[in-house]
Amino acid sequence: MAETSVSHAHETHEHGTDGNLWDGGKEPMKASYGKLMMWYFLVSDAFTFAGFLIAYGAIRFSMPTWPEPDFVFASFPFVKAHWPLVFVTFMTFVLIFSSVTMVRAVQEGHRENKRGVVFWMFLTILGGATFLGSQAYEWTILIKYENVSVNRNPFGRYIADGVMVDESGKEIMVNGAPVNVKKDESYLLHGHEHDGNVALEKKYVRYTSGAYAGQTHQVEEGPKAFGALFFFITGFHGFHVFSGVAFLTIIMINAMSGLYAARKNGYEMVEKIGLYWHFVDLVWVFVFLVFYLL
Amino acid sequence: MAAHQSYEDQKKLVFYGLKLLGIITIVEVVFALFAKGHIVPSITFGKDGGFGQALYMLAMIGASLYKAYFIVFFFMHMSHEVRGLVFSVLLPLLLLVWAIIAFFQEGGRWGAAREQIRQKNQEVVQPAPSAKPTGYWLNGTMKG
Repeated sequence: MAETSVSHAHETHEHGTDGNLWDGGKEPMKASYGKLMMWYFLVSDAFTFAGFLIAYGAIRFSMPTWPEPDFVFASFPFVKAHWPLVFVTFMTFVLIFSSVTMVRAVQEGHRENKRGVVFWMFLTILGGATFLGSQAYEWTILIKYENVSVNRNPFGRYIADGVMVDESGKEIMVNGAPVNVKKDESYLLHGHEHDGNVALEKKYVRYTSGAYAGQTHQVEEGPKAFGALFFFITGFHGFHVFSGVAFLTIIMINAMSGLYAARKNGYEMVEKIGLYWHFVDLVWVFVFLVFYLL
Repeated sequence: MAAHQSYEDQKKLVFYGLKLLGIITIVEVVFALFAKGHIVPSITFGKDGGFGQALYMLAMIGASLYKAYFIVFFFMHMSHEVRGLVFSVLLPLLLLVWAIIAFFQEGGRWGAAREQIRQKNQEVVQPAPSAKPTGYWLNGTMKG
C-alpha cells in the first residue's frame, strides 16, 4: 500500500528552486508551509498565554495580600502531611519527560524509523495523560475539599498582627493562652456543608497593628480573583495538553499505518506536533513560575 | 533535514536536556522552599515583601527564562532555523516587555485607588460649624 503512493510530496519540495521567489514552490525561510504556520500559531498562542499571566500579575499587584502558593498547593496523594510544591514538581517532571520522549520521536522520524516514532510517541502520550490525571487530582482537592471556586477563595493571609476572638469580641483561649496571628500568615477557612450548600466557617480577629489596630473584624475570604485566575489559566493549559494528546494519538495511528513513511519527508507531521508539544511544556514553565514559585 | 549532527550527538543532546531541565527545576523548588522558610524556619527572605523577595523573584524568573531558551533553541530546533524565521518569531515577543511594564504599573494603581476609596469611606464628615449663609443669593451664585 505504501509503495503505490510514492513521494508526491517529496517532488513538490524539489522543483522551482530557480526563478522568482513569488513563482511558488520555493520555501521562504527554508521551512515548509506547515512548519512555518505552526511557528506562527505558537507565537499567537504565546501572546494569549502571556496576556493571561500578565493579567494575573496585574491583579495580584493590585491586592494588599495574595494567597501563598506553598501554603495552597501542599497536597500529595495518600499523604496527610503538608508537602508544599512536591506534587506540582512531580507534574513538571512528567511534562519534561514527555518533552524528551517527543524529541526522540522526531529524531527517529528523521531516520525514517517507523517503530521508533511510534514507540516514543506512545510514551509521550502516556506522559500527557499522566499530567492530565495529576491536574484532575489537584483540581479535585481544591474544589471538593478546600472549596475554592471561580468566585470563592477561602485562602487568605492576615493583613496585620492580631489575636483570635469570638463573635462577642472575647479572646479565644486554647490551653489557657490566646491565639495570636501574625501579619502575612496564611489561613484556610474550612467549609461546612449545609443543605447542599457549602458555608465557610466564621472566624474573628482583633488586630493589634496596622490600619485596623484595635478593631475586631471577621476573617474574610482571600482575593476572589485567585480561584478564577487559577482555574482559567491552568485549565487553558490543561486544554492544550488535552488537545495535544488527541493530536499525538491521531498522528501516532497515522504513523503506524505507514502514511508518513509513504510521504518520505522525514515524518514532518511528527515534527510539527512536536513543536506544539514542546510549546505546551514551555508554557508550563511559566505557569509553574507564576503560580507556584513566585 | 536537521542533519547537522550525527544521530549519536542528537541522542546525547536529548539526555543533556533532560538532565539540565530536571536539575534546574529541582534547584528552583528547593530554593523556593528554602527562601520561604520551609527548610530553615527563620529564613523567609523569599516573602519579606522587600529587597529579599525581589531578588528571589528575579532568580526564579531568570531560571525559567533559561529553561524556555533551552526548550525553544534545542528541543524545538530553533538553532537550526534560518535567521529570518528566528527573528520573525522572537522579535514580536519583545512587545510583551512593554505589556508587563504597563500592566503591572496599572495593577499597582488599581490597588492604590482601592486603598484611597477605603480610607475615604472611613472618614467621618464633620458638619460645618455654621450652616447659615452669610451673604445673599443672586442668580444662583452667592455674593459677599
